[in-house]
Amino acid sequence: MSARAEVLGRIRMGLLNASDGDPADLPAAEYRRQGDLTGAALLDLLASRLTDYRAHVRRATPSTLADEVSAALTRRGARTVVAPPDLSVPLPAFVAVTVDDGLSPGELDDFDCVVTKAAVAIAETGTIVLDGGPDQGRRAISLVPDYHLCIVTSGQIVHLVPEAIERLTGSAGQPLTWISGPSATSDIELERVEGVHGPRTLEVILVAE
Amino acid sequence: MNTFLGLPVMPTAPAGVGHLRQNEPFPDAARRALANTQLRRNLGKATAHIRAKREAVVAELPDWEELRTAGQAIKARTIASLDKYLVQLEAAVQARGGTVHWARDATEANAIVTRLVRDAGATEVVKVKSLTTDEIGLNEALAAVGIAAYETDLAELIVQLGRDRPSHILVPAIHRNRAEIRDIFLQEMGDVDPGLTDDPAALAEAARRHLRRKFLSATVGISGANFAIAETGTLCVVESEGNGRMCLTLPQTLITVMGIEKVIPTWADLGVFLQLLPRSSTGERMNPYTSMWTGVTPGDGPQTVHLVLLDNGRTAALADPVGRDALHCIRCSACLNVCPVYERTGGHAYGSVYPGPIGAVLSPQLTGIEDNASLPYASSLCGACYEACPVKIDIPSLLVHLRARHVEERRRTHRLPSAEAVTMAAASWVMANPGRFAAAQAGGRAGRLIGRRGAISALPPPLAAWTRARDAPVPPAQTFRQWWAREKGNGP
Repeated sequence: MSARAEVLGRIRMGLLNASDGDPADLPAAEYRRQGDLTGAALLDLLASRLTDYRAHVRRATPSTLADEVSAALTRRGARTVVAPPDLSVPLPAFVAVTVDDGLSPGELDDFDCVVTKAAVAIAETGTIVLDGGPDQGRRAISLVPDYHLCIVTSGQIVHLVPEAIERLTGSAGQPLTWISGPSATSDIELERVEGVHGPRTLEVILVAE
Repeated sequence: MNTFLGLPVMPTAPAGVGHLRQNEPFPDAARRALANTQLRRNLGKATAHIRAKREAVVAELPDWEELRTAGQAIKARTIASLDKYLVQLEAAVQARGGTVHWARDATEANAIVTRLVRDAGATEVVKVKSLTTDEIGLNEALAAVGIAAYETDLAELIVQLGRDRPSHILVPAIHRNRAEIRDIFLQEMGDVDPGLTDDPAALAEAARRHLRRKFLSATVGISGANFAIAETGTLCVVESEGNGRMCLTLPQTLITVMGIEKVIPTWADLGVFLQLLPRSSTGERMNPYTSMWTGVTPGDGPQTVHLVLLDNGRTAALADPVGRDALHCIRCSACLNVCPVYERTGGHAYGSVYPGPIGAVLSPQLTGIEDNASLPYASSLCGACYEACPVKIDIPSLLVHLRARHVEERRRTHRLPSAEAVTMAAASWVMANPGRFAAAQAGGRAGRLIGRRGAISALPPPLAAWTRARDAPVPPAQTFRQWWAREKGNGP
């Protein structure tokens, strides 16, 4: 008998011993599926939660976005930037921009910075979700460079985790990366240290539309 | 398959492979651990810290109890139709270009992974922290055929470099403090700066440098999975450091080993568990990184993707309609951090890769109770674990259930009555007669002569077994019956 048939057979045999009560009868849980924050309050919560986990946060409007991006790259001292196929945000002339077309991990390691947009952001947890869209690119480009500059627009922000899951239903088959602050570890005496293998600096520009 | 107590007996996890079994009974291992003051100090500090963090972020959510209820219900529904969801998961993964393998036990899973690594032409692999691969002893199986497995999670790296065993579900090196970790790095890393300090940031930096080249050149990554969504075929790994993203993204081949109980039915279910797990586990609103992938995505990440579905005793747990609740566990480790027993003994005393309260109910079911017979007793039944569990596993009731099963199984397999049965029979004879009872009580008062500060730490045989793991109270100066006789005259 194949392992598949045998394991499935064991499961079916084991389930002949019914538990007390039908799991379908368990009470429906009324956890929050819809948040109640909107507008500036939503933006403020996301900003404070991102900051709490040591991401750098800047605010912008559509008309000041390019200047904020330029200012962030200047502060960082970035010279080389890797970008996704269709970032659609102008990058300053003082950085050399390479659009990713399947760069190797070793090549990605040589860039100072990666700039991406996002798919969804969750205010309550300070989380940014990338879904590999053309303005975000492959997973590797937002992983290997040590500095990640991420642009989030207000329309992408939801209050709660279940709202983000709902919005991402169509992207469920895409590779998703949920990011909440920079790379961190608590493995030494459970003391949180930012910066291990992923980007050690995460900077987020929140664009109020 | 034969039946026993009305339960079909399923094959359990085989002995001689992996890390699920005690080498010695819990009380013996615990006594040695308790004598290690450094270990107790490290554990006490770490568990107190994480308990406070967890409580703070749990208190932030007005619907925490509803989320726990939802998590419990989803897990119960999943297990009740586990065969259906696994078949659905398999089809969804295959439809997206992934390959699904089934493994009856640790030996079979190790053989599958070994073959896949060889097929990829690799002699080394990078690994994401995975309890399941620890459970089956995958690293040892790979090493036996000359394949080097590099642990990349910081705590797993500390354990691997120190030739140590994990002692906690979330933080396998929780028993080590910063000075011990620095010493391990200095001795074992080779490429480390000899001036390395014990500042956690400096230690993390040393790990980053040590592993960077491995990540960038690795061709095979190996992971576990926190969740697998039957509806979409999506696998999910939560982590903090980015080592997971490295292993899941950069190699050409990705092999995921997952216990069959990790499947969840729908995409929407993930919205419950991604709130429960990080808050219960690291005490964060969300862990820094969560990766999700569905089969192969052309041009992004590994182009050869395997999923190994592992039984290894899980169906033996499933066959027990009470015990199967242990399969709901999402491996957050909150029950370890609140457990007064774990806090003092640490994880090594439990023998298994699954320590603490959940390990005490899971390990004996995976191996058969006789092979981990002392674990269901490694608890004071205080109930803190039940309160903390994000999916409401009633661990104290499971412990009592497994104790009863253990006693029942021994009764059936041992022709001579156990010491416990003899003691109970003797007590019954003594207590059935007032004269015998009074005489026994008078004898018991002799215990006052050997007590210290109200406790007796070692009774003479045959009562010695009782005090091997606990103190007995010193008997009072007079019995209740003597007090009654003095106060009320010679009886009613």
